[in-house]
Amino acid sequence: MDSVFYSRVLTELTLSFHIIYATIGVGVPLMIMLAQWVGIKKNDEHYILLARRWARGFVITVAVGVVTGTAIGLQLSLLWPNFMELAGNVIALPLFMETFAFFFEAIFLGIYLYTWDRFENQKKHFLLLIPVALGASFSAVFITIVNAFMNAPQGFDLVNGELINVNPLVAMFNPAMPTKVAHVVGTAYMTSAFLLAAIAAFRLLRGSNHIYHKKALYLTLKVGFIFSVSAALVGDLSGKYLAEYQPEKLAAAEWHFETEENAPLMLYGVLDDGEVKYAIKIPYALSILAHGSPKAEVIGLDQFPEEDTPPLYIHYLFDIMVTIGMTLLALSLVFWVGMWRKWRFVESRWFRWLIVLGGPLVFISLEAGWWLAEVGRQPWILRNIMRTAEGATSSGQVPTMLALFALLYLVLGIGSVVVLRRMFVRNPVEQEIMDRQQEKGGDIR
Amino acid sequence: MNIEILGITVLWVFLFGYIMVGAIDFGAGFFNAYTLLTGRQRILTHVIQRYLSPVWEVTNVFLVFFFVGIIGFFPKTAFYYGTTLLVPVSFGIILLAVRGSYYAFETYGARGHKGYSFVYGAAGLLLPASLSIVLTISEGGFIEMIDGQPVLDYWLLFTSPLTWSIVVLSLAATLYISATFLTWYANKAKDQEATQLLRKYALIWALPTMIAAGGIIFELRKHNSLHYENIQRFWPLFLLSFIMFLGTLGLLWKGRRYGVAFGLLAGQFVFAFFGYGASHYPYLLYPYLTIYDSFTNHAMAIALITAFIFGLLMLIPSLYLLLRLFLFNKDYVKGKEDYHA
Repeated sequence: MDSVFYSRVLTELTLSFHIIYATIGVGVPLMIMLAQWVGIKKNDEHYILLARRWARGFVITVAVGVVTGTAIGLQLSLLWPNFMELAGNVIALPLFMETFAFFFEAIFLGIYLYTWDRFENQKKHFLLLIPVALGASFSAVFITIVNAFMNAPQGFDLVNGELINVNPLVAMFNPAMPTKVAHVVGTAYMTSAFLLAAIAAFRLLRGSNHIYHKKALYLTLKVGFIFSVSAALVGDLSGKYLAEYQPEKLAAAEWHFETEENAPLMLYGVLDDGEVKYAIKIPYALSILAHGSPKAEVIGLDQFPEEDTPPLYIHYLFDIMVTIGMTLLALSLVFWVGMWRKWRFVESRWFRWLIVLGGPLVFISLEAGWWLAEVGRQPWILRNIMRTAEGATSSGQVPTMLALFALLYLVLGIGSVVVLRRMFVRNPVEQEIMDRQQEKGGDIR
Repeated sequence: MNIEILGITVLWVFLFGYIMVGAIDFGAGFFNAYTLLTGRQRILTHVIQRYLSPVWEVTNVFLVFFFVGIIGFFPKTAFYYGTTLLVPVSFGIILLAVRGSYYAFETYGARGHKGYSFVYGAAGLLLPASLSIVLTISEGGFIEMIDGQPVLDYWLLFTSPLTWSIVVLSLAATLYISATFLTWYANKAKDQEATQLLRKYALIWALPTMIAAGGIIFELRKHNSLHYENIQRFWPLFLLSFIMFLGTLGLLWKGRRYGVAFGLLAGQFVFAFFGYGASHYPYLLYPYLTIYDSFTNHAMAIALITAFIFGLLMLIPSLYLLLRLFLFNKDYVKGKEDYHA
């Protein structure tokens, strides 16, 4: 029992820490690519420099992402050996393919970083970035497929504890896969966009009024808007997937206790002795989310024995995720329309502070989303096949390891922030633009 | 060749790849820190950073490939090794995390930061020692089945001379491989001072490597006689390996043909590593696990091998490009160009 609990805590800790860097690792290459592309197309040095400076910061986050990714990769076997023994037989293929995607990314990232200005034709250098971005995104795709499999396992038969008729491709293309992959990859782009927007807005607030930051803000919020729309749309489809294949997860997240038609959606509220209080009730909305029709019947928690349903606090996680997602969608939309309609307030200090706030918020939303996904699958590690408790290690050393890893993540977290700050504070963009101007003979403003 | 042997051969090749590129990498980090400490960084830092910079992340992938692959091809290893290796491998992960991130912190964020350099130099040196424990455990005798669960006996493990022979070998070999490679690399960069210093390091670590390797075979005789007998069946491989070792040593001593010297060193380790691997056959973990009773189902095996072939088709040209641009590019090696972002 103890080792199960501590294994869960350690896995949660590693994943919560890793996902920050992993998400940046998936999203930022796309942002670098866009900036460099715009820079080449418009022949605008500012965008090229944007790509270059993002790439520099990106290396630090990638390093932490790689080592924590290695940690979680090994911890899966160290903490959940029984699960991995079973899962290895059925879902090893995407895990294996992920290492190739990662390999590909690593090689081209090395080349990309060390070939700035090496080519006469800048487009050649840009081309090197495509495998980096593809490798990063496909890593996310493959790993998310494994996670989808845990939610909707298929592609094998379990007869008297023996695995037969294994089909790795059927296991990969499980029903949870399309929405999960789309949501994870889309929100990685969204998260990275709002992170970089927050940095640009912060620089503008802290005295720099350089057009460089304004261009960065404009680009990142545009991308942020597009991918928050995608996140919302895919989120809706995820609701339909859950209603069909994991109704207990949806019901727990929405506090939907009784199976009924015309189901309303509960937002916010608190649970008091099994009674929902202070919630905002949106009529028919849950039926629409679950089945696309206001009248449809939505399965409630009453259809499941209590030991097979996830804890009800995941509703709060759902609220946090959706609220932040929608807020950021609105914020970027207002900014976009405001820039176009020349509304003065989008360039005001308070609005920029809101954008800065979007940086931490988008990561809170990311964490809430992953906790919702993982806690919402409980009590299963492999839905309806293996309970989380059955998958865990029998080793008694997990608490000690938990303490060690907590310390490690603290050191890495602080270290990466200190180094990133130091990098950019010592070499502010104004300075770099001047340096490059002197190099090139003055054709950049 | 059956599919089980094909699977383990692929994994063994990648593990060998990790051991070689990892040794170069970790040794380089250590020499970098060591020369910082002794005030000779002027001589080495430049050469070492030239080599390390573009490849560090690739090194790590070799390891990931190996452990993901072994769970894929031999899922039962997750149960035996996963359960028993929690502590040793966790230490390995922590060292690896410190090593990787502090390397990046120093290289990209705080060039020349002494603290960071020491941290990653030390972590890199401890890493092979910590990971080599897995090989020791695979020899059997340290794991007991209690209530159907494998349990590692730490006392036995850490008092066994076999454990410490393997630890010494991993350390000595890391420094030996790294110094020999960097001698060649520095020579290519026409950096005489660095070449001579690294050559000296290579010569220093050659003998301990060989003594530790001999010690392991000696210890195995007591510890795992089945494996010891199997090793003897492969004596031609080990003999070839030893001859190549003498070749490397001779060339280093005379101070010429460093490229050939490193080639012979690679050959020495290929023969020793594959001789060791082949004599370990069919066991993955004495006496509980062989490659046959732990192998995955047929459908997964075919899928993994297909994915592997397609993956290689993408990887080989990419790796070639990486080597051509950095390792085998004269201007880059000599440090004439610096195009870092």
